[in-house]
Amino acid sequence: MTHQTLTPAEGKLSSADHPPAPRSFDLAYWWERVGILVVLVALVALMAVIAPNFATVDNLLNIARSISINAILAAGITFVILTAGIDLSVGSILAVSGVAAVLAALAGAPTPVAVLAGVLAGGVAGLLNGILTAYLSLAAFIVTLGTMTFLRGLAYTMTDGQPIVSNTLNFRDIGNGYVTGVPVPVVVMAVVYLVAWFVLERTRYGRHVYAVGGNAEAARLAGINVRRVTMSVYAVAGACAGLAGVIFAARVVSAQPTAGTGYELDAIAAAVLGGTSLMGGRGRILGTLIGSIILGVLTTGLILMNVPFFTQLLIKGVVIILAVAIDSLKNRPLRRRTRIADPAPAEAG
Amino acid sequence: MTRSDRQPLLRLEGISKRFGATQALRGVDFELRAGEVHALMGENGAGKSTLMKILAGNVHRDAGRILIDSEEVEIASPADAVRHGIAVIHQELNTVPAMTVAENLALGREPRTRYGALDRRAMVEAARHKLARIGARIDPRRELGGLSVGMQQLVEIARAVGENARILVLDEPTAALSRGEAQQLYRIIGEMRAAGVALVYISHRMEEVWQLADRVTVFRDGGYVGTRDKGEIDSSDVVRMMVGRTLDDLYAHPVRRPGPVVLDVAGLTGRTGVGPVDLRVRSGEVVCLAGLIGAGRTEVARMIFGADPAATGTVTVDGRPVRPGSPARAIAAGLAMVPESRKEQALFPEHSVEDNISVSSLGDHVTAGVLRRGRIRAAVRAQMRRLRLRQSAEHLPARALSGGNQQKAVLARWLARDARVLILDEPTRGVDIGAKKEIYDVVNELAADGRAVLVVSSDLPEAIGISDRILVMRAGRIVGELASVSATEEAVMAHATGTASQAIGGVTR
Repeated sequence: MTHQTLTPAEGKLSSADHPPAPRSFDLAYWWERVGILVVLVALVALMAVIAPNFATVDNLLNIARSISINAILAAGITFVILTAGIDLSVGSILAVSGVAAVLAALAGAPTPVAVLAGVLAGGVAGLLNGILTAYLSLAAFIVTLGTMTFLRGLAYTMTDGQPIVSNTLNFRDIGNGYVTGVPVPVVVMAVVYLVAWFVLERTRYGRHVYAVGGNAEAARLAGINVRRVTMSVYAVAGACAGLAGVIFAARVVSAQPTAGTGYELDAIAAAVLGGTSLMGGRGRILGTLIGSIILGVLTTGLILMNVPFFTQLLIKGVVIILAVAIDSLKNRPLRRRTRIADPAPAEAG
Repeated sequence: MTRSDRQPLLRLEGISKRFGATQALRGVDFELRAGEVHALMGENGAGKSTLMKILAGNVHRDAGRILIDSEEVEIASPADAVRHGIAVIHQELNTVPAMTVAENLALGREPRTRYGALDRRAMVEAARHKLARIGARIDPRRELGGLSVGMQQLVEIARAVGENARILVLDEPTAALSRGEAQQLYRIIGEMRAAGVALVYISHRMEEVWQLADRVTVFRDGGYVGTRDKGEIDSSDVVRMMVGRTLDDLYAHPVRRPGPVVLDVAGLTGRTGVGPVDLRVRSGEVVCLAGLIGAGRTEVARMIFGADPAATGTVTVDGRPVRPGSPARAIAAGLAMVPESRKEQALFPEHSVEDNISVSSLGDHVTAGVLRRGRIRAAVRAQMRRLRLRQSAEHLPARALSGGNQQKAVLARWLARDARVLILDEPTRGVDIGAKKEIYDVVNELAADGRAVLVVSSDLPEAIGISDRILVMRAGRIVGELASVSATEEAVMAHATGTASQAIGGVTR
């Protein structure tokens, strides 16, 4: 700014433009990348020491299975939050999708078709959220609050308010089976995260999701179809919720209209815990996975320690707030550097 | 140097301020008399805003003295500034749109009745008084957000002036105003000056300064260059003082030989009364859209690019029509636009410079649906080198760059796409002079490479200096066309204000 003079050779980025070269160890830089992983490792280590039977293969696989549903919901919701949106309806979508899959199976659909029916039901519900949000420009919070209620009502209507238990459910293995010793839901979760990671990091669409969340108007003027991207992320979240609904139904071998009540908040918590900014444009899908695992480890560990349920809630609430507080603190050093970096007060012309 | 027939109301002596590695102000002096409009001019980063922030108590000086009525005073906080009768109107509005005018004017000092309830009647009365003091005719019971930007600015002025401001600083007050609104502001400034208020007026718009100011002080690179009575100098003197040299070689470009028409716009009208506009830009040609703020230049640029819907009209690139209304389609057809407002419309502030540059050209680096990250990085680096952006910046968030480097990153985004037509809306606004020169270099390269370049610029020397032709807009239409080699600022202004005749030069359409 002020220090630049007009010699043609001097256009290069001046030293005041950015922070000094990274020092030997830059805490903020590393925290941004592995900080949440450190929290997870510390938590697991702590649990292994104080919780009886925590560090056994069986228990760890159990934990993995128990978190898979929330983790799959959270993967989808991460797409939405990355665009600065929110989806409160995924818990209800989970219920509707589970009901749809069970009803399809009871109507004689073979396993793949029943599963597809569940996922598709979720995707369609998500698409509805997406259309209302993107093309009618309604606030995502309100739209998904509405569909949360509506879809819960739909789940009750489809089941007459009663669980539909089917002990011969053909896709029950999706909830209870094993693939070479690993629970199927864990395998599904791993596949979901691999695909989500690939899509967000290695495809054009994924970068567009970040761009829309980073600055929607700039994204539009950069040639991105912002509405289509916005619509699609809700469909992704819906399809993920549909998959989670199928797993849930398979796990309990029934269609439960009350399934997934309140799950949307755990999914949002996992994403935020994993470093995804509710302002959009910032976050990593693997962070969300780690966030889900932290929540799951915490819950299981507390149960193993016989901590009363009420106290578990207290502790989980504190952990979520702490994690977000750390997240906001980790940005401080960068902010300070930025101030030094761009000192001359903005003088728009 | 200056006439000393009046005692200065305010004197700033030897003010210095350093931010980190940057010396924003180096011992500058400034003096202000009651009843004068004193223009403070300088390039971006010259230190004008910093000095005004010190005066407003928002920034604390490192050294120097502040004297009011020849007495040294301390301004350590905004409250101190108010106590000394200093009011500063910043560029961005500082009001609550959902509240009424009266509520905004009373913000923080709401009058109460004996019983502690809000005294609405007193509030409205006080608001009327404040508005009347600056001669603004606005109903204080109206909701602020329902007023035009200009009206809102007047409310802001009324609030800042309050009951007792003796010193009023206006920082680029007309940047967002329509011509009519600006005229009203000028009138109010005149009335306040007549009432003995001392006004500091910061503006880059020479014509405005010439209309309003009694004296001009120029800063350059944080230093004081000089103060002149308006009568002593002309605008080219001021430019020389601001830049420290003449601008000729800043704008120097080789003679261009434009080829066939690339961009052809016909009968373009907007939904807000802009147009119909016809314009053509040839291969290898730089055309500038000039005119006053509110003349419709940005609207035309945005409609060509599809950023705003057009009511009628066609846009063709290389003879192929562009389906209107979508930036994505415009980009696919070979158009590119650097929008007027960098932060709101172009940048992804939290994303890396690399992501900012590559966002529009990711499609060129996809194999079987997978992004080729190595190729993306190589392409980004090539553009960064071309614009002399240091490679170590590629992972920094865009917000950490200076305005000039941010603008270069936005430009690099379109260079990476190889667009046929570049529309640059105020490309050097808020950009320091070094980066300005580099942006001009890129414009020259693009033209030499056979692209068509359409520039919207409010900076007259720039508009004339970098272009081959100037199209002047007034009230939504193109009213004049001038060849840049023979154009003068006066001729452009004459068209822009509607006072042109053949004698001045150029063709009136």
